[in-house]
Amino acid sequence: MIAATEQLGTYLESFTEFQKRAAGRDLPWLRELRESAFARFCEVGFPTTHDEDWRFTNVSAIAKTPFELARDAKVSKREVEQFGVDGPGCHLIFVNGRFARELSSIGQLPAGVSVNSLGEELSANSSDVESHLGRYLNIQRDVFSALNTAFAEDGAYVHVRRGVVLTDPIYLLFISTTSDKPVMTHPRNLIVVGDEAQATIVEDYVSIGETPAFSNTATELVAGENAVVSHYMVEREHRQAFNISTLRIQQGRSANVSSHSVLFGGGLVRNNVHPVLAGEGGECLINGLFIGNGRQHLDNYMLVEHASPHCASRQFYNGILDDHAHGVFHGRIIVHKDAQKTDAKQTNRNLLLSDDARIDTKPQLEIYADDVKCTHGATIGQIEENALFYLRSRGIDEIAARKLLLLAFANECLDRMAEGGAREHVEKLIHVHLLQIANSVTRLPGATVGVDAGRNLEEIG
Amino acid sequence: MSLLEIKNLHVSVDNHEILKGIDLAVNAGEVHSIMGPNGSGKSTLAQVLARREAYEVTAGEILYNGKDLLAMKAEDAACEGVFLAFQYPVEIPGIGNAYFMRSALNAIRKYHGLDEMDAMDFLPLFREKLKLLEMDEKLLNRSVNEGFSGGEKKRNEILQMALLEPKLAVLDETDSGLDIDALRIVAKGVNTLRGPERAMIVVTHYQRLLNYIVPDFVHVLVNGRIVRSGGPELALELEETGYAVPA
Repeated sequence: MIAATEQLGTYLESFTEFQKRAAGRDLPWLRELRESAFARFCEVGFPTTHDEDWRFTNVSAIAKTPFELARDAKVSKREVEQFGVDGPGCHLIFVNGRFARELSSIGQLPAGVSVNSLGEELSANSSDVESHLGRYLNIQRDVFSALNTAFAEDGAYVHVRRGVVLTDPIYLLFISTTSDKPVMTHPRNLIVVGDEAQATIVEDYVSIGETPAFSNTATELVAGENAVVSHYMVEREHRQAFNISTLRIQQGRSANVSSHSVLFGGGLVRNNVHPVLAGEGGECLINGLFIGNGRQHLDNYMLVEHASPHCASRQFYNGILDDHAHGVFHGRIIVHKDAQKTDAKQTNRNLLLSDDARIDTKPQLEIYADDVKCTHGATIGQIEENALFYLRSRGIDEIAARKLLLLAFANECLDRMAEGGAREHVEKLIHVHLLQIANSVTRLPGATVGVDAGRNLEEIG
Repeated sequence: MSLLEIKNLHVSVDNHEILKGIDLAVNAGEVHSIMGPNGSGKSTLAQVLARREAYEVTAGEILYNGKDLLAMKAEDAACEGVFLAFQYPVEIPGIGNAYFMRSALNAIRKYHGLDEMDAMDFLPLFREKLKLLEMDEKLLNRSVNEGFSGGEKKRNEILQMALLEPKLAVLDETDSGLDIDALRIVAKGVNTLRGPERAMIVVTHYQRLLNYIVPDFVHVLVNGRIVRSGGPELALELEETGYAVPA
């Protein structure tokens, strides 16, 4: 067997320490959950590119680095303010994976809504947490989920009870700080939205300073019958950061869940979105925008499981890649035997702004039912020179014109987000980021092809 | 001094010479028509005036308002008052028509040191121009030219011209593909903009347009050269005899 990881010793040392002091260490169910997850991690180790799910993403840089668990750090209010997470709603701030109560503002919540740090819930031995934590995330299939579960200790706990409609978003801001050694954090979030309830959650990952850090996050999101949930994931850490995130969604009957992923930051990023449409008539939107330059690697991996009849899923991902950036879109759809009348759609559109930028796009459909509709398509193109000239001929300078065209492309994703604070937050970030990209793109690739005039693959299965 | 002076202009695309020595002077207040068969270089001339960089100027010069037009970038020429109504207006999905035009107007205002216009101030102006071109208000928020009919696209070009109020407007086959009603509307829009401060170059393949926009001068462009120039009667003559180069 190949060594699980070159740094197994470091992880073992960290885990032994962790088990002695972690929140909830005395709870037998949690001890067992962590131990079995760690055992699984040791057994399989980090994936290689021989693993089909990791074909386009090489994580050896993570495997080789001796990460230690990040230590507590002080962050000032002023430092938090720079991240612009200030819209109306509830704000939970985490520093190096740990809840910072003094920086957070939970505010007035309607009756029937609990928002807290997962760590405090574990310390209080919450039965609610016990009945959900680790029930959905598959630690057998995904080693990063196993690693997260082994070190699961803090993050957000949100419970919106039956029939409660929460209009303002709940913002979860995860800040990683500088350290003299490479450090890792394993934030773990549990979001339970009851039957006929409604909520919006924003996970936002940022960093202060630029030392190597590994954020391995996992969120279990449970949407009850007829629940409506929007989830946003924003990655904007620095370029030395590794970010592996997993969103596992469990949807009840007629639940409507939207997942919006916006990736700008990080050096090596993998965003897993894994909804299971477990009840009849569920709807799931998986919307994403990834914008990379420099040597960024942004991998979007979706696993959409249709487990019940009459469910609909929509995957729309747009990528903008410049310089040597490498994007991946891997959209896997599994339609189980009983999931008749499934309607699954997948679209991935990409803009490559330089000759060295690269996108790997891979649909993967596994259909075991016989009465379903599944479509997938991908396009790869460049900024259209005609459109650029058209804008410039009206007086709009080249950089502004590029930004407008990039924004138009990004707007396709923004338009799928419901109006409100969460969307506004993301929109602001997108504007700033696209202006940076527009400023840095000074040349045109040799060939100029329209967004849709490039390679265009569409199949109906 | 003429508003536009083109002297001995030679232009190549991919090492193939398209314009082979054009001389043309246009004064403020004048409307010039350039007619000619397909492939004669009409559109190339229009694109060079709008400063498309893909066209390589191998000789000659263009003075616009006394300045070297060939030294300007497309956006600078536009801000200095040059406007091209495209033969094939470009569709830009994802950018609203009104937003696009406000961005353009503000870019030009900014260039001249004027304050930018906010949406509240812009909208009444935009509506007024829509009315002039008899365009539906629906086109306000639709993406630029996306899903527009041929006639709507051409009217949208003249709408931009009406908003941006250029000094030199170049209309590249704005009449092609228009039915007679649309042609009348477009011509009305153009005629409204005629004035002593503004010059227009109307590039067309067909004499029909010139019944509605009566030019002061007509030039015949054949094979990269202006072979004849005259008054509006020349257009009528061409209708009879075609573009045959006189011996």
